[in-house]
Amino acid sequence: MKTIKYTILFTMLTSIGFAQNKNAKANFEVDGVCMMCKKRIEKACLKVKGVKSAVWNVETHNLNLIFDERKVDITTIKSKVAQVGHDSKGFKATDEAYNDLHPCCKYRDEQIKADHKSN
Amino acid sequence: MSPSSDGTQLSVSGANVIWKGTSIGTISDLDGNFTLPYNTSYKQLIISYIGYKTVTIDVDGSSDFIKVILLPTDDLSEVTIKTRKKATATSYLAAQNIMTISSDELLKAACCNLSESFETNPSIDVNFSDAISGTKQIKMLGLSSPYILITTENVPSVRGAAQAYGLSFIPGTWVESIQLTKGAGSVTNGFESIVGQINAELVKPLTDNKLFVNAYGSVNGRLELNTHFNVKLTDKWSSGVYIHADKRGEKFDNNDDSFLDLPVGNQINIMNRWQYLNPEKGLISFLNIRFLDDQKQSGQIAYNPSLHKYGGSVWGSEVNTIRHELSAKIGYVNPELPYQSLGLQMAYSYHKQDSYFGNRKYDIAHRSFYSNLVYNSIISDSRHKVKTGISFSHDAYVEFVNAFNYSRIENSLGGFFEYSFDNLDNLNLTAGVRVDYHNLMGTFVTPRLHARYTPWANSALRFSFGRGKRSANIFTENQKLFVSSRSINILDSNGPIYGLNPEIAWNYGVSFLQGFVLFERKADVALDYYKTDFQNQVVVDYETPTEVNFYNLDGNSHAHSLQFEFNYTPIDRLDFKSAYKYYDIKTQYNNGELEQPLTPKHRIFANVSYQSKATDMGRLWKFDSTFNWLGAQRFPSTIQSTEEFRLPNYSPSFSTLNLQLTRVFSDQFEVYIGGENITNTRQNNPILSPDDPFGSNFDSTFVYGPIFGSMYYTGLRFKLN
Repeated sequence: MKTIKYTILFTMLTSIGFAQNKNAKANFEVDGVCMMCKKRIEKACLKVKGVKSAVWNVETHNLNLIFDERKVDITTIKSKVAQVGHDSKGFKATDEAYNDLHPCCKYRDEQIKADHKSN
Repeated sequence: MSPSSDGTQLSVSGANVIWKGTSIGTISDLDGNFTLPYNTSYKQLIISYIGYKTVTIDVDGSSDFIKVILLPTDDLSEVTIKTRKKATATSYLAAQNIMTISSDELLKAACCNLSESFETNPSIDVNFSDAISGTKQIKMLGLSSPYILITTENVPSVRGAAQAYGLSFIPGTWVESIQLTKGAGSVTNGFESIVGQINAELVKPLTDNKLFVNAYGSVNGRLELNTHFNVKLTDKWSSGVYIHADKRGEKFDNNDDSFLDLPVGNQINIMNRWQYLNPEKGLISFLNIRFLDDQKQSGQIAYNPSLHKYGGSVWGSEVNTIRHELSAKIGYVNPELPYQSLGLQMAYSYHKQDSYFGNRKYDIAHRSFYSNLVYNSIISDSRHKVKTGISFSHDAYVEFVNAFNYSRIENSLGGFFEYSFDNLDNLNLTAGVRVDYHNLMGTFVTPRLHARYTPWANSALRFSFGRGKRSANIFTENQKLFVSSRSINILDSNGPIYGLNPEIAWNYGVSFLQGFVLFERKADVALDYYKTDFQNQVVVDYETPTEVNFYNLDGNSHAHSLQFEFNYTPIDRLDFKSAYKYYDIKTQYNNGELEQPLTPKHRIFANVSYQSKATDMGRLWKFDSTFNWLGAQRFPSTIQSTEEFRLPNYSPSFSTLNLQLTRVFSDQFEVYIGGENITNTRQNNPILSPDDPFGSNFDSTFVYGPIFGSMYYTGLRFKLN
C-alpha cells in the first residue's frame, strides 16, 4: 500500500511541475474568417496577463499560444476570446458579442464564409 | 475530398484544379466535384487547397471520373497568396515611413544598376554628378547619398571609398526588393544615417530562378549581360552564382565640346552566395563572396592614355576600381519560442580606386570590417518587442590626393537597445538608443524615435526624430571637384578628420497617408514633411569659381522637404503615380546664407504603368512611362569669373520623359524596348572652357540636367525554374 501512495504522490508532483511551465503552449481552433478577425482574436489573447504570443491562422483557424501557466489557463483565454465574439470548442460567444462584430467578420454566416473563400 | 479527424471523408469545395503546365483549371464546387476539358497533351493534374498538401496526379485520359484525396499539411509554410500587389507600396502599419519597391518596379527602368533603379520612384532624385564621369548621384529629402545609410541586406555597404560609385556596382538584376525608409531610421544599423535608409535585398539562391539570363544593349554602345545560376544542393544548402558583365565601348560627343558625353569602360562583377536553411533547428545562414573589377575612361574624344596621360595637352581621366567582399550572416530563431532570435552579421570588404583626372591623381583604398550581433525578444507579451545588440566596425583608409596623404583609421564599438510597442490596432512606436565609442569622434549617444497612429480607417500618421553622426569622406564624396581646375582647400585644421569635425544632424519628420476610394477605385494620398537640422556640417563651398573650400559649419544649415503624392488605379491593371516636391535647403557659407546649389526647389513626378490581361499562355504587354519636371536650380556663384565664363544665377527648368514597353511571351521569356529622355532634353554647354581643359576656367561641375540626349535600348530576359 505504501508504495502505491508514493507513486501517486510522485506523479502528482511531476504533473504540477509540468503545469507550472512558464512557456506553455496550446493550439486550438477558433472560429473566424478574415484578417480583422485575426487582429481581434490575437489582441484579445495578448491582453490577458500571462499570454506571451498568440498567432491565429486565417486559413486553418488554428490559434497558437505561448503563455505562462503560472499566471493564466486556457479557460480564461478562451473566455476572453468568446467575449470579443469568437467561438472556440466549449466556449460559444454570446449573441451580443457576436452581433458586435464588423459585418465582414460574421463567421457564422455561410454566405460571408463563402465570400471570403471566393476572394 | 479530405479525411476528417474521425476518418470519414469530407468533400472539399473551392479547391484549385489545374492542368500542369497550363493555366487551364477550375475550382471544385460545393460537393467537391469538378469538370475539366481534357486534351491528350495534358498529362498531369494539380489539385491544391489551402491547408492541404498539393497533389499532382497522372492522367492518361482512360477514365472519365477521378477521385482525389487530399491530406492536411503539417504546417502552412508553403502557402502563397496570389493577389496583384502594387510594385511599390508604402506601409500602413509600420512605425517607420517605409516604402517597399518590389522587383516588378525595378523592371520598369530596364537599366541596369541600383543607382538607376530609382528613376520610377518619387522619393529619390537621380542626377548626374558632373559632365564627365557619367556618375549618377541620388538624393533623398534633398540631401545627397552620403547622408543616406545604404545597406545590402542590412549590412552598410555603399559607404567610405565606395560612396561615389558604389550604387552603380550593384547590378539591378541582383536586387530582389528595396526598402526605402524616410527619416532617422533604426539604431540597429549604426549611427550614420541622417535622412533615411535604403536597403537592398538581394536575390537568394533558394528562391531565385534556377537560370536567369538578361541581355541589354543600347544605342550608345552599352552592352550588358547578367546571368544567375542557382542550385539546391541538399534539402538545407543552396548556392547561387551571379555574373554581371558590361561594356560601354562607343565614344560619343553629341554636343561637340570635344569631350565624351559618357565614359567608356567595362565591368565584371561576380557574386557567389550560399544559403543554409534548417527550419527544425531554426537556423538560417548566408555566405557571400563577391569580386568586382570596373574600368572607366572619360575626357576628350582624342584622349589616349598611353600617349597623353599627365601630358597636359589632351585632357583625360581613368577610374579603375576593384572590390572584394566576404560576408556571413547567421540567424537563429528559437523553434520553441519563435519570438526569440539571435542574428550575427559579419562583413569584410576591400575597395580600391586608382584614378586620375587630367593632371590630378586620386587614389583610395578602404579596408573595412563590420560586425553586428542582434538579439530579439519580447517583454511580457508580443506587443512589446525588444532588440538589443553590439556592433563593431573598423575602417582603414589609405588615401592620396596628388602627393598628399590623408590616410586614417576609424574604429567604433557600440551597443544599442530598441523597444517597439504595437497595440495591434491603431498605434505602434519604435524607440531606440545607441551608445558608441569612436576613436576619432569620441563617445556619443544616438537616440531615434518613430511612431505611427491610425486616427481613422485606411490612414497612417507618422512622426519621427533622430540624430545621426558621421565622418565625411570629403574627397570621395565630392569626386566631381577633380573634374575642374578649382584649387582644393581645407580651411579648418583642428578637427579629427581631414582637420574637420564630424557631421551631426537631427532629423524630424511627420507624414500622413490616406487611402480612399475614388469612383470605386483605389486611391491614396500621402503628405510628408521632413526637416534636417545640422549641428555641424562639412560645408562644401563652390561659390568661388577657382576654388572648392571645405570648412566646418558656422551658423545654420537646414533642409526642409515637403512631398505630396497621389496614386490611383483608374482602370484594372493601370497604375498612376504622381508627386510634387518642394525643397528649401539653406546653408551658412563663408559669404552668407545660400540655397543649396544645383537642387531644384520645385519638382513634379508622374508615372503611368499598364499591364494587359495575361492570355492562357501567360502572354501580356507591359507599358511604363515616367515624366519628371525640375524647376530652376541655383548655379554656384560665377560672379568672379571673366564674363565669358559667367553663368546666370539659375538654370532653366526642364522636363524629361522615359518610356518602356515589355512583351512577356511566357513565364520564361520576355523582351523589352525603351527610351530614356525621348524628348531629347539636354543641358547646353555642360562643361565650362572645354577648349582649354588645363586652363583656370575649366569646370564640369555645373550640371543640372541630362548631358546625353535621348537614348534607346532593348533587351531580353530568360528564366528557368
